Parts: sequence; C-alpha cells; structure tokens
Amino acid sequence: MKEDISNADFLDIINIVRLQYGYDFTGYAQASIKRRLLRFMGHMRLSSVFDLKHRLVNDQEFFSRLVQYITVNVTEMFRDPQFYRTLREQVLPKLAAYPNIKIWHAGCSTGEEVFSMAILLQEAGLLSRTKIYATDLNPVNLEKAVTGILPLDNMKDFTQNYIQSGGLGDFSNYYTARYDNVLIKKELREHIVFFQHNLVTDKVFNEFQLICCRNVFIYFNRELQNAVLQLFYDSLSPRGYLAMGIKETMRFADIHRKFEVVHAQHKIYRRKE
Amino acid sequence: MNNRFDVIVIGGSAGSLLVLTEILDALPHQLAPPVVIVLHRLRNVQSEMGRLLSSRRKIVEPEDKEPVREHCIYLAPQNYHLMVEAERTFMLDYSELVNYSRPSIDVTFSSIAEVYGARTLGILLSGANKDGAEGLCQIMAAGGTGLVQDPRTASFDAMPQAAIDMCPGVLPMGVEDIKKFIIGET
Repeated sequence: MKEDISNADFLDIINIVRLQYGYDFTGYAQASIKRRLLRFMGHMRLSSVFDLKHRLVNDQEFFSRLVQYITVNVTEMFRDPQFYRTLREQVLPKLAAYPNIKIWHAGCSTGEEVFSMAILLQEAGLLSRTKIYATDLNPVNLEKAVTGILPLDNMKDFTQNYIQSGGLGDFSNYYTARYDNVLIKKELREHIVFFQHNLVTDKVFNEFQLICCRNVFIYFNRELQNAVLQLFYDSLSPRGYLAMGIKETMRFADIHRKFEVVHAQHKIYRRKE
Repeated sequence: MNNRFDVIVIGGSAGSLLVLTEILDALPHQLAPPVVIVLHRLRNVQSEMGRLLSSRRKIVEPEDKEPVREHCIYLAPQNYHLMVEAERTFMLDYSELVNYSRPSIDVTFSSIAEVYGARTLGILLSGANKDGAEGLCQIMAAGGTGLVQDPRTASFDAMPQAAIDMCPGVLPMGVEDIKKFIIGET
C-alpha cells in the first residue's frame, strides 16, 4: 500500500505551490487531489512526501509535471449526449436572437467539448457570428487544444455520442483523418480562441450569453464553488445561460437564487435579470 | 441497529446484477448505515440502473457535495469516480479510467476506507477483472471488514478471487450468508 499524505503535509504542499508558483489549490476538494498526489508520487517513484516537497521547492520543471498530473485533463466530445441535445433544442434557439454571440468554455482541457459546441453552432447556423473563448489553467492542455489534433482511436465513441446528441450530419465531415490522428476542420476552429485563465485567481474578462463549465466544480470545495459561481454570474449578460456538469449542482450555494433553472437534470441555468 | 459499521460499500461487475438485487431486496428498512454501490456500467448511454436494481428501495445517484445520509442507498453515477470527503459528503471525479473502469471500485473503496476506517463493511461481488481487490485490502488495512462473494458461486470469479489472493483475512461467502451477515448486524 502507498504512503498516506497527512493533513499537515498536504497543506505544506499546497502552500509551496501557491507561494512559489502562484497556483492556488487551497479551495480544491481534498479527496481527489490527495489521491492524485499519491499517484504522482508513484509515477515519479518518490518514496516519501519529504522527497516530493524537496523536489517541488527546488525544481520548476518538476512543478510543471506535478500540475500536469494533478489537474484532471480527461474530456470527451459530446460528453453526456443528452445534455448536448438539450443545448441544441432549448438554448441555441434563444442565442439566435443575439446579433453576436459570445460563449465562454471555462476549464476546457484539451478542447473536445469546445469543438463539440462549435459543431452544434455550425449546425444551428450560428457559428459565423459566434466567438468562443475557451480557457484552462493548464498551459499544456491549451497547447494541445490549439492544434485541433485528436487521437483517431476516440472518434468511434465520439461519433456515437454525436449521433445520440441529435447530430444529423456526417460526423466525419468535421475532421480530416491522417495516420493515428484527426484534425478538426479549420472552419470550426477559427471561431475559437484558447487562452490561460485560472478560475481561482483570475477575474471577469468579458460578458457572455452562455458559459459552459462542466465537471470543473467537482474539484472545488463549497467555498470555492461559491466564489466561481459569483464570477460566472458577473460574467453573464442578463438572462445569460450557465451550463454545469450533470452531477454538479448549485443548490448548496446561496447564489442559486439569482439563477433560474432551465433544465434541472442537465444542469442548465439562466441568470435572472 | 447496526453497531459495527457506519457504511456498507458494495462493488460488482460482470455477473453481479442479480446477486446485488437479491442483497438489496433483503436489506431491512431499519438498516442505518448508508449503502454505497459501485457497478461497472456503460458510460454514455441513458440508463435506468437505479430502478433495475430494486423496485422496493429508492436508489439515489448522488450529486457532487451531497451529504452521505443514513438509511440511503447510493449508486455511483455513470462515467464518474465516486469518492467521499472527510466531512462525509460525496465528491465526483472525472479523471482517467482505473482498471479500465470509471466508476472504479478501487477508487470508491479506498476513499471510504480513509474516511470511515474500521467502521467500513466492504463487499466485492462477481466480476471479470480485479478492480476492487486493492480497495478491499485498504478497507481491511484500515481495520474494516471485507467480504467477497464465494468465487465458486460467482458467475465470474476473477474479481472475488483477486481479493482473496491479495487481502489476507477476507471472508468468502455465498449470497445467503452475505445477506445474513448484513441482517445479523441490524
């Protein structure tokens, strides 16, 4: 069995990362991040928490690897296809009323859900007047996302998801396959801008009609969830939409009173006034 | 009331569905400890698993940060790992597959072992891989109790057998005995 990380050590690690590198994981849910730290120690063949701290203090490259490892970078195109169907049927027709549409994908990882959104917008005839701002705290994810290159292996699953989401086109028209990879078509990607934004430390940067932040809240504790919900409230135009992951909820946060529920099961909300 | 356990956590994969249904149907309503179930399931299809498992008892797929309540039966949602935080709330995690699975039984077992320690009852049923064995060891290392479905009675014996091979002291039982063990605790 692997060594456990005591609470004191955990706080030490979080503090080193915050003070020395400016990444604040204080408000992250502990169960998951502790588990990932232990996995990282196994991966790096570190035998003690002391070694981990020592390397962390003295080695910037080690820190980059740690961030890459402990932040979750798992994503899929059209994850939860039924959610995308609801977006297609209930949200996009409302967005169509705006002459210019601005969407924020917060915590976009390597971009798969952003590309999914671009496909929905394209099929709704809205992409040409939409700009998608896609952000993540992890620069390595963003470098991958910008390339628009995804492994071919996943496309079979993604095609299934796309069909279940109500997609009517031929999914393979949205990418070009070469060897073991696919390249998402440029006409989808040219409406997306990827850049680094940390939900914990960075602020409002624009006003949006739709914010998608799916499966990011689960990694935050309640206090941080509240703070980020406030950031999203402040970043939405009146009557703007917020989409969360289908197992995430804002019912434990006071700010839920400032939102109305658009779809309870698929966790789509709308800012009041 | 159950005095020894604050939580019962059950993991199953291939061949575990009927066994699990039988166990759930036998659970007395007055059983206090929350029951947390982790099953290997398809990831992106709509599923009525909760209703399939029991017509008698309400089975809840917890949302993130939901408190773990007594007298409730929970099922790990599709396509997430399910963990429990120190303050006994659920936490969902959408990270890499573990043992080719999400939800992974190991992830839930190990997180519950850390929070509930010796007051955990872990049960591993039929399955075709070894997910759950390491988690069951962690439950037992924390002082908790580990049961497995007797591999001779399991449709797929790999999972309970892996736990027997890996965790000394684990108790193999037939389904009737597993039911009696839980009921005997009430």
